[in-house]
Amino acid sequence: MSDIASGFAQAVNLIVTLNPEVMQIALLSLYISFSATILAACISIPLGGLIHFHEFHGKAALLTIIQTLYSVPTVVVGLLIYLFISRSGPLGFLGLLFTPEGMILGQTVLIIPIMLGLVVTALGGVDKNIRDTLLSLGATEFQGIFQIIREARFAILSAVILGFGRAISEVGVAMMIGGNIAGETRVLTTAIALQTGMGDFPFSIALGLILLAIALVVVVCLNLVTRRYAA
Amino acid sequence: MSKKMHVGLIAATIILLVLTVWISGCTTTQTTPAPVANATPQKIVIATTTSLYDTGLLNYLQPKFEAQNNVKLLITSQGSGKAIELAKNGDADILLVHSPAAELTFMNGGYGVNRRSFASNSFIIVGPKNDPAGITNMTPEAGFKALYLQGMNKTPNVFFISRGDGSGTQTAEQNVWKSAGYNYTQAIDKSGPWYISAGKGMGETLQMASEKGAYTLTDEGTYLAYKNNLTLTPVITKGPSLLNIYSVMAVYNAKQPADKIQMANKFINFLISPQTQADIGNYGVDKYGKSLFIPMSVTVPTATAGWVGDYSTPATALAPTTTVASATTAAPGAVSATTTAKPANGIGTNA
Repeated sequence: MSDIASGFAQAVNLIVTLNPEVMQIALLSLYISFSATILAACISIPLGGLIHFHEFHGKAALLTIIQTLYSVPTVVVGLLIYLFISRSGPLGFLGLLFTPEGMILGQTVLIIPIMLGLVVTALGGVDKNIRDTLLSLGATEFQGIFQIIREARFAILSAVILGFGRAISEVGVAMMIGGNIAGETRVLTTAIALQTGMGDFPFSIALGLILLAIALVVVVCLNLVTRRYAA
Repeated sequence: MSKKMHVGLIAATIILLVLTVWISGCTTTQTTPAPVANATPQKIVIATTTSLYDTGLLNYLQPKFEAQNNVKLLITSQGSGKAIELAKNGDADILLVHSPAAELTFMNGGYGVNRRSFASNSFIIVGPKNDPAGITNMTPEAGFKALYLQGMNKTPNVFFISRGDGSGTQTAEQNVWKSAGYNYTQAIDKSGPWYISAGKGMGETLQMASEKGAYTLTDEGTYLAYKNNLTLTPVITKGPSLLNIYSVMAVYNAKQPADKIQMANKFINFLISPQTQADIGNYGVDKYGKSLFIPMSVTVPTATAGWVGDYSTPATALAPTTTVASATTAAPGAVSATTTAKPANGIGTNA
């Protein structure tokens, strides 16, 4: 039990003194997962709008597939992306393996399903009358989608944040694509896995605390925004 | 109106935040590599095993090599099986592992050149302090036999935990079962509740063994690094079948650029150089009171033919020799004591 107490004490010390290694790892994690979240949002929100706005054959099946992919194991995504960007794979010439950019690609692919699915759900929650009114007033499809997305912005925001949460906490893609290379592709989760394997529990606890702190900041921001504008 | 403004403000803050993180992310990745190089350093990927990386040896050697060459070593440690797979796919430039049989298969497949062995140490068998199976100081084979018999008899508190992850350490464990006269897949694996396949890394397996009061086979380095968190003690530490040989090889394939092979060769020659060999021998002495690795310059262990590769000839070849060399071409002094005429698999002389 003393392990836990002393671990926490050392963890707090590492954080308060802004240990350069810890900070570098935390910043890299934020950089990668933020980038992936933004990329995924840029794809998921418009695509979700299109899916919501159109009735087409197999829409229900498509949504089921998307929802199933919510729980795709991160290592499976990691493996697939690895096979594509391996030097012997079709995208090998890009040299993305073991780079932060490759990790961004992997995390983007990982979180698109959950973001897309939740965006479609969020848009579904918007009053149907709004859409009908918009169209009857002569709005183009683009204007219609845009307005409905605006209407559902808080639900969409939480979809985006959930995507970010999945990205920053995953270890499969980061390990397989990034390779956990010190100073290059080592992020919070892979560093925790490594340090635990090396028996350095305090360092792991410190990184875990930072991960939780990031989650806390994100959630508090979300709540502030929602409370202010929902009222 | 004000609502709109607020949304704009929030959006602006988010974008700003992202940008800051982006920029700081960029700058940190740029400033962390040693700012010595005037030309951009060549990037060389080393695929290695967790048990080797976790001892910290590579982190200790990395700055020394980078100071001598305009190079940035990218070290990824993912377990022997994965490391070899990465090397086969051409995703690594150097392979650094401790799984001799798998290495020889790798070399025979033409995936690598210039295999050199640079150090060795011993696996050890650790177990609960009261040693319920009573195997202290037995030979590894006798100890394993005793564990098997007592385990199958359901003797209380006799358990063995295997890595179960296809790692070099698990391969070593299977070799001990083999030399003890058991067919691993038929007699040992899944033979009863006494034999537990963890599917985990070395550190986690040790912890599991400690929690459960079980025996396990581990590399000494990881055990020493973990010792303070464990209730385990070494019970068997000596025996030829516990030998752990570390080797390095340059990855070769048709697409592999010659300059990367040249740099890989430099790294191999760095590892077998007298200075680095001395450094390897000194590594860990201050922290653990003993060397974690025995460099080849100190002791060349006796092992199955071909397992200990060449350890003295400088690495120069840029491609594998097309004809598989015979056993006799093993380097001067390369040891092949137990068996005589197994092919040495193209290791050895390519100078």
